[in-house]
Parts: sequence; C-alpha cells; structure tokens
Amino acid sequence: MTLLMPTPEPAIMSQRGELIARLGAILPSESLIVDEVSRRAYECDAFTMYRALPLVVALPGNVEQVRAIMALAAEMNVKVVPRGAGTSLSGGSMPLEDGILLGMSKFNRILEIDYENRCARVQPGVQNLAISKAVEAQGFYYAPDPSSQIACSIGGNVAENAGGVHCLKYGLTTNNILGLEVVLMGGDLIRLGGKHLDSEGYDLIGLMTGSEGLLGVVTEVVVRLLQKPPVARGLLLGFASVTAGARCVGAIIARGVIPAGLEMMDRATIHAVERFQPCGYPLDAEALVIVELDGTPAEVDHLVSVVQDIAREEGATTIRASTSEAERLQFWAGRKNAFPAVSCIAPDYLCMDGTIPRARLPEALAGMERLAKEQGLSVANVFHAGDGNLHPLILYDASKEGDVERAEKLGFDILRLCVSLGGVLTGEHGVGVEKRDLMGEMFSDVDLEQQMRLKCAFDPAGRLNPGKVFPTLHRCAEFGMMHVAGGKMPFPDLPRF
Amino acid sequence: MMQAALATLEIRDESDAVDAICAANAKGVSCAIVGGGSKSQLGRCAPQTQALSTPALAGVTLYEPNELVLSARAGTRLSEIEALLENNGQQLAFEPMDYGPLLGAEAGYATIGGVIAANASGPRRIKAGAARDHLLGFRCVTGRGEQVKSGGRVMKNVTGYDLSKLVCGSYGTLALLTELTLKVLPKSETECTLLAIGADEAESLALLRRATATPCEPSSLAMLPAGVALALDADAAAIRLEGPTISVTARRDDLVARLSGGGVRFETLDERDSTTLWRGLRDAAPIAAQVGQVWRISVAPTEGFAVVERIRRAGVPLLAHFYDWAGGLIWLCVETTSDAYAAVVRAAVDVSGGHATLIRASQETRTIVDVFHPQPAALAALTRRVKESFDPAHILERGRMRAEF
Ligand SMILES: Cc1cc2nc3c(=O)[nH]c(=O)nc-3n(C[C@H](O)[C@H](O)[C@@H](O)COP(=O)(O)OP(=O)(O)OC[C@H]3O[C@@H](n4cnc5c(N)ncnc54)[C@H](O)[C@@H]3O)c2cc1C
Ligand SMILES: Cc1cc2nc3c(=O)[nH]c(=O)nc-3n(C[C@H](O)[C@H](O)[C@H](O)COP(=O)(O)OP(=O)(O)OC[C@H]3O[C@@H](n4cnc5c(N)ncnc54)[C@H](O)[C@@H]3O)c2cc1C
Repeated sequence: MTLLMPTPEPAIMSQRGELIARLGAILPSESLIVDEVSRRAYECDAFTMYRALPLVVALPGNVEQVRAIMALAAEMNVKVVPRGAGTSLSGGSMPLEDGILLGMSKFNRILEIDYENRCARVQPGVQNLAISKAVEAQGFYYAPDPSSQIACSIGGNVAENAGGVHCLKYGLTTNNILGLEVVLMGGDLIRLGGKHLDSEGYDLIGLMTGSEGLLGVVTEVVVRLLQKPPVARGLLLGFASVTAGARCVGAIIARGVIPAGLEMMDRATIHAVERFQPCGYPLDAEALVIVELDGTPAEVDHLVSVVQDIAREEGATTIRASTSEAERLQFWAGRKNAFPAVSCIAPDYLCMDGTIPRARLPEALAGMERLAKEQGLSVANVFHAGDGNLHPLILYDASKEGDVERAEKLGFDILRLCVSLGGVLTGEHGVGVEKRDLMGEMFSDVDLEQQMRLKCAFDPAGRLNPGKVFPTLHRCAEFGMMHVAGGKMPFPDLPRF
Repeated sequence: MMQAALATLEIRDESDAVDAICAANAKGVSCAIVGGGSKSQLGRCAPQTQALSTPALAGVTLYEPNELVLSARAGTRLSEIEALLENNGQQLAFEPMDYGPLLGAEAGYATIGGVIAANASGPRRIKAGAARDHLLGFRCVTGRGEQVKSGGRVMKNVTGYDLSKLVCGSYGTLALLTELTLKVLPKSETECTLLAIGADEAESLALLRRATATPCEPSSLAMLPAGVALALDADAAAIRLEGPTISVTARRDDLVARLSGGGVRFETLDERDSTTLWRGLRDAAPIAAQVGQVWRISVAPTEGFAVVERIRRAGVPLLAHFYDWAGGLIWLCVETTSDAYAAVVRAAVDVSGGHATLIRASQETRTIVDVFHPQPAALAALTRRVKESFDPAHILERGRMRAEF
C-alpha cells in the first residue's frame, strides 16, 4: 500500500450507532446495509488495488431520502461517498472507513423520453446502454459509449465525464448533457439547465460534469438524444509500424475527415485479441487502425474511398472496408474484447489513461517501451487514436513479490511522460485516488488551490468524497485569506460593494 | 460612483494583469474588462471604476491544423483568428456571433476573450455545440490576482475540474482570461439551405422539429416570420445542410421528400446565399434594425411558439421576432418601455423552463431590470460562492451579471 487515505476520524467512528439509527429513520431497512459481510461487496470499484470497508451503505430510492441523508451527514459531520455502478477505474467510488457509501442503484428509472426535444430525463442509476436501448426503435441513441456501457451508470458518467469510441465526432458526456438535478451537502436541491440550451448564469452543469462526486450528488440527468445515422461502415487498416499508423491517423484528420471512431492497437494487443476470439485481424501488422465513418450512404461511400486512398498513400499493409453491418461489427469485436483478451495473457493488468497531442504518439510509445523495460514489465496498447487518448495496459502478476509496486511505478512514469509531451494525466477515467498524488505534475499549487476553493463553494466542510482528486486536504478556512502578490499587502478591511 | 471616462489600464501580459488586479484589491476598486470594448451597451448597467484593456494582449501562440488546435492570447481579434482558420479550410464550429450590428456598433471588433466570456454561439450551436464545447484550456488571472491555468491542449482531458466550462459565459466576473486554447474543426465542403415556405408560424416550427428527427443532419434550423428576412412575404422554415457536396444534395432531396405536403413550397439557397442568410441570423440581423428592446430567450424547442404566444397575449407590443435552434432560441424585439416587460417575458418562460436575457436596452432599464434570468435562492447562493472563490472582493465586473456581486 503506497496510497495514504485520510485517517478515519474517531469522532465519526464512535457515532456509528447513532448514525445508523438516524439513517434507519430515513430509509427502509432493506436500503441500509450495516453488517460487515454485505458491506464487503462495496469495498472497491474497478480500481481494485485499494479497498476500504464503508462505515455503512445507504441505498436511497428517492430525492427526499437523498436530501435527508445529506442533511444528516452535514449535521453529524460525516463523510459521504457517492457510488453509481462501481466501474470507476481510478478509485472514485472507493469507500471511506468513516464515510457513508451512498449507492445510487435504486435510481434506475427512465423518467421521460421526449423525442420532439430530442432528450430524455433519466435517474442517475440508469445504465448507459439502457438509454440507447430504450430509444433505438425510434431511430435515436445516446452518443457517449464507454466500453463499460453495459454496466456503468449515467450518474457515474456525469461524475467522470465518461467518453467512448464515438466521442471524437460526438463529444464526451459533457457535450451531451442538457440538465442536472443535484443535491448539495446539507441537503439543498438545485436544478441546472433542463431541455433548453446553455445556462442563465455560470455553467455549473459543465463544472459538475467530471467533478468525481466531490461537489454534489446527481439525482436526475437530462441527456441529449441523437438521430442514428442511416449507415456506418468500418475500415481495418494494418501498418508495418506504429509510427506509420499514427501518421495515417493524422493524415485522415488533416484531410478534413472526422470519423465517428478512430481507434488503434499495437501488436501485443492484436495478438492477444486474436488468441482470445479470432476476428481476422492481420497478425503481421505492428499497428492496427479501425476507422468508422457514418452518415448518408452516398457520403459514407465517398469518405470510405477517401480514407482508403490516404491509407494507401501512408503505406498500409492491410486495407479492408466493411461491406455489411456484420462485417463492421466484426471489425469492432476485437477492439471491444481488448481488455478481457489482455487479461488472458497476464494474470493482472493496470489500465492507464493519459492523453497526448496526437503527433507525439511515436515518442510516447518509444518512451513507454523504455520505461517498461526499466521495470521489467510489458505493456499492451490500445488508443483512442483520433483524440490522442492512450490506454497502456501494464501487464503484471500481483502474486509476484514487488510486481504491484513496479506496475504502479511504471504507471506513474508513463503519466509523467504524457505530461512532459504536452498531454494530461487522464483523458476519461478520472483522477480519483489513482492519480491524485500526480496532480502536482500538471498543476501548480495555486492552480490546485483555486480548484479546492471551488470545492469549498459547494462543500465548505469537505465532507463529500474527501481524499480523492486533490493530493492535500485543506480546511476551507485556510483559503479564506487573500493572496499576497507583488509584495503588496491586501487591504485589511476591504469594502464589499 | 459614475465617471465619465474610465481610467484605462492597458494589459500587455499576465504580470500586468496580476499587478492591476492586486492593486484594485488593495484599493477596493472595481474593474471592467474591455476586449473589443465597442459595446458598453450590454449586461447589467453597473459602472466600474477602472477598465482593464486587453487588445495589447494579442497574438496566436499555437496553431496546429492537423491536431485541430489553436491557442491565442485573449485580446486577439476574432476576425484575425477566423481569417487564419479560413486559410486552412478550418473554422470555429460554434460560429460566434458578432453583437456589433445589434448593438449599433461596428462589426468585427470582438476579441476571442470577449467571445469566450460571453459563451457567444451561433445557429450551428444545436449540432456543433457552444463556445463552451470548444474551449480546451486557458490561462487567466483571477479576481484574487493569481495566475491560474486549467485544461490543456488535448481533446480529451478530465484532469481536475473542468474550469473551461465555468469561464465560458462568466462575463469577466471570475477572472481576466489571458490565453485560450480552442478546438478547431474542418469547414464543410459546401452548404445549402432548404426553405419551406407557406406554413404558418406554429406549423413551420413543427416542421423544423420533424426535420431534426430525420437522419438528414441539419446543422441549423430557423423559423422566419414573414418579412423579417430574405424579403419573403410568407412565414418560412429555413434548414441548413452542410457537408460534402454529394451528401448535401442527397440530404436536401431526402428532406424535401420527407417534409412535403401541407401546402408548403420549397426553395433552395445555394452556398453563397445560404452563408449570407445564416451569418445574418447569427448576428440577429432580422431584428437588429428595429428600434426597440431586444430579448434573447432559450427554451425547449417545442415551447418556443407557446412562449411567444403568452407574451403576445399578455399585450406586449412585439415589433419583430424570429426563432433559431429549431425553435429553442427566440430573438424578440419589443417596443421600448421602462422595464422592457421583464416580468411578463420571464413569467412566460418560467411556465416550462428556460431563460430570458435582456440584450439591448437603455442604461436606466438595465439598472432596474435583471439582465440575466433570476435564479432560485439555493442556486443564487451557490453562484455567489462560486464567484467569491475566484473574486472574493467583487473586483471584476462588479454587478455586471448579478446585483449581489
Ligand atoms: C447577455 C449578454 C451580454 C453581453 N454583454 C456584452 C457586452 O457587455 N459587451 C459586448 O461587447 N458583448 C456582449 N455580449 C456579446 C459578446 O460579449 C460579444 O459578442 C463579444 O464577442 C465581444 O467581444 P469584445 O472583445 O468586444 O468584448 P467586450 O465588449 O470587451 O467584453 C464583453 C464581455 O466579455 C468580458 N471579457 C472580455 N475580454 C475578457 C477577458 N480577456 N477575460 C475575461 N473576460 C473578458 C467582459 O468582461 C465583458 O463582460 C453579450 C452577450 C450577451 C448574451
Ligand atoms: C472494463 C471497463 C471499461 C471502461 N471503459 C471506459 C471507457 O471507454 N470510457 C470511459 O470514460 N470510462 C470507462 N470506464 C470507466 C468507468 O466505467 C466510467 O468512469 C464510468 O463513468 C463510471 O460509472 P459508474 O456508474 O460505474 O460510477 P462509479 O464507479 O460508481 O463512480 C464513479 C465516480 O462517480 C461518482 N458518482 C457516481 N454516481 C454519482 C452520482 N449519482 N452523483 C454524484 N457522483 C456520483 C463516484 O463518487 C465516483 O467518484 C471503464 C471501466 C471498466 C471497468
């Protein structure tokens, strides 16, 4: 264990009995999980390296219950960790030993589908894919499609600003949300946006999206629905080097084509996938690029030939264009299986999530190889190539002495490399606890203090999901003081108006 | 408090901004941030003591067309950026509007900082997103006088809070933006506009919504009441299609087939006329020339007509109006009166949700009427705490958005 979480506060631990009794007055007994065995089921999310047993698990079923719990938590000064489906890869919903784990799974209803305004009002516990399923018969879908979409919740998507293979063209969660209902620490309820566009004040929907459960509990989401394009076709392009593949990706975008999906994988992943479930990927390729183009039939055929030409110019060793829907899905099958496939070639893997400027891809890959060698580990790579989002999968064996530490060290080194190439620590999985202690690589203390001040504006007592995202814990009062800049003392009794 | 000519400080770099804002904090004076600065006409009427002028903070600092990214200092003219992009077949897809014509000032003066601070977005907003969807990262000096950065230059980034969204539409009340990094996109090969003429206002709006439920991917949809544009003597629905020529033509034909019936006739505007039409709509040209007060109202597309009807039935003298965003954005010009009919307009909007912003009115009116839609108590309190997390002493654009800060 190298991760330090805030020490459980004795004052909270000693009040557990009272807390449970008072939660019992808010929730029916089946919505309150108290015994240790049942609480164990919640001890981590999909970032399984670290675990903690929650103080108590509360599963509210309506907004009034959420408000009452948040009011109680503020009154008793107890921490709260919101949780959706627990698929976070960064430990965002990892419990705190002295905190209520607030599971949103009972908020599982689609409240309204409004085709004319092209939106749906849903509860946060609804699965991502369930939204698209509910509207597909009418020809609509919800665009952000994380690989975890059969499991993850829309509330978790909002909190993590989840992306998917289609976000190059259709945007991330933040670009596809129209409204939120949020309960703040203390129980205040606020409604942001609705079925209309843009905000009458500060864009708090934008701020909430990607805030990792640190600002408020999302209790309702209005998502945009898009019309399904009439056709989509896929292209499978093989290259003799990753650099050639990366150049081709750049050339496609330079030609003004924004594909619906633009993914890439390296040799290690291609081979893992073919061993897991053969789908016809070229085994002689060092890099495989999958391109999806969607739109009207005429447009798609036109773009497919444009991309084929580019691929030829860039020296592709394999060029295949799908001629049927089944073939398009087959092109994707391997990509969709990438994670499970990789888990068959190594006992454990750690999925990283840095983003770099696309042109730096060859440098990033060379650097990663060098860093992996230093740790005696290997890395398989899948990328959202169109937007430079890397998912290096670090292969390790947790049962081997020192491997966990080496994997973690390699992960950190890779992320530092991304930042040094002009990129960022995380493209879609969030900071959580996993990358918390690396925030200083990207941000100055002043940058981070400004972000923490915002946290204070929402949660002055720092009770909502503390110990995540920020490498240090501060009391909000510490931020109350004016910064002294340029040697000038701030005026002590500043007139407010 | 009112002063004839504002003391103006020229901001040439970040350290100028730090000095100016720290000094303002020390003295407790409020500062306007002036980019193009041609438009003192807008926002709440709240006289500031001092102006921080940004045009010297200019220049494109990074442009990599193949990476779809551009960075510029905040005082850079929008027109300069657009020309640079145009030369590379690219654009700011959110189509920032130029308020110049509407506010009776010259066009072309906006700075990129002002555009972002106003989250200014045009007719393509419904498909391409708003300014907020294209800001990847920024540097700024906060109201505390601190240099802060957020975001980055890559397309996908969830590292820390997404402050880029927050500064878009903050009207200079949080921080003085110094440098912005934007996502840029390829321009479409061509565009055309399909006009469906002859249905009445409500039917034309319904037709726009039907168009949004087709796979024809319209990028803009406006309803133009007779007389407001194109010298049309009947109500019309205008639908813009953009993309490769081969696809635009196919989609136009498909749309005609899907929308035919009900006695409407179709006309097509070619690329040049289409571009001209949407640039005009972007800048609210159909109502700009009217003498009167102007409201900009954002509601659910199905509610646009009902909102206008409620306002009309309440006896408000409407001089001109039109709808953008498939009915979700209403530009409304009313006969001038002391309170711009604010209570009626807002009540009409509140029935179904949305917001109404008073864009053009006299100083006196903007002193007594909330320019931005009022907020419920819990949200207003949170808004104020957010403001104070950046600018605790209310130094920047004091009173511009909300009376309480
Ligand atoms: C309700 C509403 C109010 C508007 N108010 C105005 C207005 O008052 N003036 C106006 O020109 N346009 C206004 N617009 C339109 C929009 O701001 C302009 O189109 C914008 O693009 C003008 O750019 P400018 O450089 O001339 O900005 P300016 O007129 O100089 O400033 C416009 C706004 O942006 C802020 N701003 C400018 N530069 C920066 C910066 N570097 N960092 C932080 N904030 C900055 C200012 O504080 C001000 O609030 C408004 C739009 C709406 C919907
Ligand atoms: C196999 C696999 C593949 C994945 N692929 C992708 C991918 O392609 N793209 C991608 O972006 N992510 C991906 N993820 C990561 C993960 O699925 C997403 O981050 C997802 O958005 C998490 O949703 P969840 O419901 O599981 O949230 P949880 O893991 O339960 O919680 C995540 C965070 O959200 C907060 N939260 C949850 N619900 C609420 C609420 N109602 N209100 C406030 N805060 C809340 C929690 O506190 C926590 O900080 C993948 C994960 C796995 C395991």
